[in-house]
Parts: sequence; structure tokens; C-alpha cells
Amino acid sequence: MELILSLGIGVLAGSGVWLLLRPRTFQVIMGLSLLSYAVNLFIFFMGWVRGGAAPVVQAGAAVDFGRFADPLPQALVLTAIVIAFATTALLLVVLLAARGLTGTDHVDGRESGE
Amino acid sequence: MSWSEHLIAVPVVLPLASGALMLLLDEQRLALKAAISVTSVFALLAAALLLAMLAEAPIGRVYALGDWPAPFGIVLVADRLAAVMVLLATVLGLAAMLFSLARWHRAGPRFHSLVQFMLMGLNGAFLTGDLFNLFVFFELLLTASYGLALYGSGTPRVRASLHYIVINLTASLFFLVGVSLLYGVTGTLNMADLALRIPAVDPADRVLVEAGAAVLGIAFLVKAGMWPLCFWLPSTYAAASAPAAALFSILSKVGLYAVLRLWLLFFGAGVGGELLLYGGMATLAFGIIAVLASQELGRLAGYSLLVSSGTLLTAIGIGNAAVTGAALYYLVVSTLGIAALFLLIELVQRSRGPGADMLAVTAEAFGLEAEEEPEEEPGVAIPGTMALLGLSFGCCALLVAGLPPLPGFVAKFALLAAVLDPAPIALTAWSLLALLSLSGLASIIAMARAGVRIFWASEERSVPRVRVIEMAPIAALLALCLVLTAAAGPAMRYLQDAAHALHTPAAYTDRVLSPQ
Repeated sequence: MELILSLGIGVLAGSGVWLLLRPRTFQVIMGLSLLSYAVNLFIFFMGWVRGGAAPVVQAGAAVDFGRFADPLPQALVLTAIVIAFATTALLLVVLLAARGLTGTDHVDGRESGE
Repeated sequence: MSWSEHLIAVPVVLPLASGALMLLLDEQRLALKAAISVTSVFALLAAALLLAMLAEAPIGRVYALGDWPAPFGIVLVADRLAAVMVLLATVLGLAAMLFSLARWHRAGPRFHSLVQFMLMGLNGAFLTGDLFNLFVFFELLLTASYGLALYGSGTPRVRASLHYIVINLTASLFFLVGVSLLYGVTGTLNMADLALRIPAVDPADRVLVEAGAAVLGIAFLVKAGMWPLCFWLPSTYAAASAPAAALFSILSKVGLYAVLRLWLLFFGAGVGGELLLYGGMATLAFGIIAVLASQELGRLAGYSLLVSSGTLLTAIGIGNAAVTGAALYYLVVSTLGIAALFLLIELVQRSRGPGADMLAVTAEAFGLEAEEEPEEEPGVAIPGTMALLGLSFGCCALLVAGLPPLPGFVAKFALLAAVLDPAPIALTAWSLLALLSLSGLASIIAMARAGVRIFWASEERSVPRVRVIEMAPIAALLALCLVLTAAAGPAMRYLQDAAHALHTPAAYTDRVLSPQ
């Protein structure tokens, strides 16, 4: 489980960084999205991932809190997702404006040869 | 709980409420919006002043939101540093707001709400005592700043803002990674609790904590503009509209504030000091060369901001309470000076046209041409405009370069006196001395060159139309600087106390974590 998650985060982050460094604005926004997925998974991972234990506390029984995942990072991820969603939407609008104003989808607003 | 206990929440709640209220108002009711906005900022100023007066040394007040006690609930902490930063942000907000009343707030929708939300984010970031809350306030102020950077539209602004937004989104991801690493190891997000738990961390996990803090530091240093993370800064600030740029001059100080607060709290001037020291020196050196090389006034101001960031980072990196106190004074003074410079540049360049052209275009795009035309307005124009602008420009130059009688000199003098204080003077102190003197020289050369070109060159030019409401904020900022020279003693003592409190994190953790 841990290996799969680590590999997943690594692949997402690696593709995200590669796309972020590309010259087209659409690639940049896809890169940012992939990176933010990687970071969200990373935060989630910090709360520990375990299988097979229902988060139910039985009355009277001794509770071993070590068996449960930490709920706080899940709350943090929720906040991070909402913020990333809003800023991505904002960035999309700026991309469209830049495309309209400069006539190119290059991140610098002009083709590199010019 | 008395009323003064709730005062700490005012700098966050008040701008949020007035900004949200103005969202509900129709776009045509500009006068009403301006009235709400200015009233709210004046009330905020009163609250910030009161907060700064009530913040006792060594550590001020703590406000538990929802009355949940410290490590579990989120706290707002108003110590002297936070109170001073809130006051500084409010003063800049007021100056930018008044300046915009002449014409800028008409250039597009929702200017006043954006400024209010930005103030809310700034104040929240300064006051919060919780790491994740700091992230949320950072995002809030950045989102408002994206809006302000784009404000007025036009190709250069959109192009610069695109870089600005992408870089800051990436930095936010770094912020999240750093926060989650710290949380994963220590199991807490409260800053005071983190300060207690980090020294007690298992040596095997120590490297994870330091890696987390380093990743977090990258997020802050991007905002602070440390070389080589600073290339986005000058072009964004130069492209932004004047009131937005004036407000942005405190934006880089938010990064510095976070570094100062968290580094001293978590590591007590230990791990990473060299990085800040040498990074700051590199920034300073880069800023000096760039100031000399810059052609446009906007970029000159942006690079001056980098010089000030570099000076502050170096001073923080030295990790000595006396130096930090002087650095805080320098922070206040240089922020005021550069904000005044950004406002002034727009007025000076008005006769040259590019800004004015853009304004006309956006006004057309938003269908605002039916309203009164700014150029033909009878509003009170000042006689002897050029002389007044020249005088203000000279004051800004003296302030940025650090020459007497303005407080830039006092700040640099105090900084150097503190750096050179211990008898065996370290090599770093000598290099800081050399770099600081060089930066003053470079600033005065660059500013004098620009000033001569604008005010003395005999080429034919129209005298810009400047209204009192545009000149008043600049004059007020410069007058405030003069007051800071006259009252340098008390101001310095206040900030020295703030610095000593920062360098004794035990007082902070006790105050935050002890039940009231």
C-alpha cells in the first residue's frame, strides 16, 4: 500500500514538474493540477494509511488509537483541494485573457523565436 | 471577557465584513462603496493603533477563537511584531485606497473589495498562531493580490500576472508539503506547540523536520524575493497599477515576517542561519546591480524592494536580537518609502502617457466613458505640481538610499551599529557593511539619474495633472517617515522589545499554551 502510494505521488509530481516547465500555458495548468494532486495525496498520506480497521469505538472496550487514521490531515486536504480548485479556475481565466491579448499561448506572451 | 479581548479579531473580521458587503452592492454605486471602504480602513487603523499600544512586552495578547484552548483550537496572537505589521499593512491600505479615489477605483469592478480582502489576508497572516491557518490566510491574500495585479487589465499586466500566479501557486504547494511534513513528524500545527515539540523530536526524525522546515522556507522566500527565487517580482510590481503596487510592497514583507517568526520559534536562530545570511547577501548584490541597470522607474522601485529584502534577510540571518530590532525598524521605514515611491511613479509618468492610455482603454472596455472624464474633471489640481513631485521624489530617493535626515539613514545606521557591535568583527559583518553602503550608493545614483531625466531635462513635456487626493497619501507616508525620524528613540525601543520577545520563544510558548 505504502509503495503504491509513494510511486503514485512520485509519478504525479514528476509529470507535474515536467509539464510545469513546458512553454505552453495549457501544459502549465495541467502540470499545476497534477502537482496539486500529488501534494494532496502526500498530505493524506501523512495521516497514515491502514486497511481493515473500521473507525468505530465500542463502548466500554479499551481503545487503541494507533489503529485509526488521523482525521486532521483529511480535513487539511479538503481545505487544500478547495483552495487549489478556486485558484485553478482563476488561472484558467487569466490564461484565456493572455491568449486573447497576446494572440499566443506561450507563457511569455510571445514565441521564443521572436 | 472585556471588549479589549476581542480587539485582536477586529483586523480580520472588519475587512472581511466590509469587503463582503461591497460585493453585494451594484457596480454603479462607487461613491457609496468608496465611503464604506474608507470608513472601514479608518476604523481598522484605529483598531491597529490600539492593538499596538496594548501589546505589552514581552508577549502580547492571545485570543482563542471559539474559546478552544491552545493546541487544539486556533489562536490569534498579537505580540508587538504582529501588531506593528498589522499597523503597517493598514497604513499602506489606507494610502493606496485614498490614492485610488482620484481615478483608479473607477478602472474596473470590485477594487475596494479586493483591497479589503487583501488587508484581511495580511492581518490574518500576521496575527495567526497556527501553521495551517497561516496557509489559508496566505492563500487569501494571494488570491486578492492576483486580482489586484490584474487590476486595470492590459497586455503587460496579464503577461506579468500569469507568471506571478503560476509561481505563487507552485510556492503554495511547497507550503503544503512543508506543513504536512512538520505535522507528520510532530503531530501538531500550533506554532507554540511546534516550538516545544521540535527540540524533543527523535534524532532519527530530526532530518524530516528540517526538510519540512526547509520546504516551508522556500515558500516564504519566494514571497520575500530571495535570490534566485526573485525574478518574477520586479516585472509584476512594475506592471501592477500604482495603488496595487503600493500595497504589494508589504507582500514581500509577509514572507520575511513568516521566516523571522517561524525560524526563531522553531530553531531559535540555529539551523539554516547561513542560508538566510548568504542568500540575503546574494539578493543584496543582485539588487544593487539591477538597480543600477534598470531603465524604467517601476522596475527601479521593484529592485529597490529586492535590496530591502536582501538587507532584511541578511540581518535576520545574523540571528542576534539587537540586529533583528534594527532590522524591524528598517523593515517599517523601507516599506513606507517604497510604497510612496510606487504611488509617486504613477503621477510622474502620467505626463508620459502609457498608464493613462491603458486607463482610457479599460474605461472604454467596462463602458465607463459615460461617467465624468478624469482628465477634464475640475477637481482641485495643485499649483507648482512639478516642484512638489520633485520634492517628493527627492524624499523617496533619500529614504530608499538611506541618507539623512530621513529615517532610512537611522535604520541603516542602527543596523550597522548592531552588526559591528561585538569586538572581534566577523567577516560577514564587514561584507554586510560594504554591501549596505554600496546599495545606498547604487540607489542614489539610479534615483538621481531618473530624477534628472524627469524633472530637469529640458525636453518639452506637459505638466501632469495631479489632484490633492493623489498627492495627500504620498505626503502622508513621507510625513510618517519624518515622524519616525523624530521619534526614532521610542520606535526603536518598541521594536527592540519585539525583537527580544522573538529571540526568547519560551515566553511565547508559555503565553499561548498556558490556560488563561
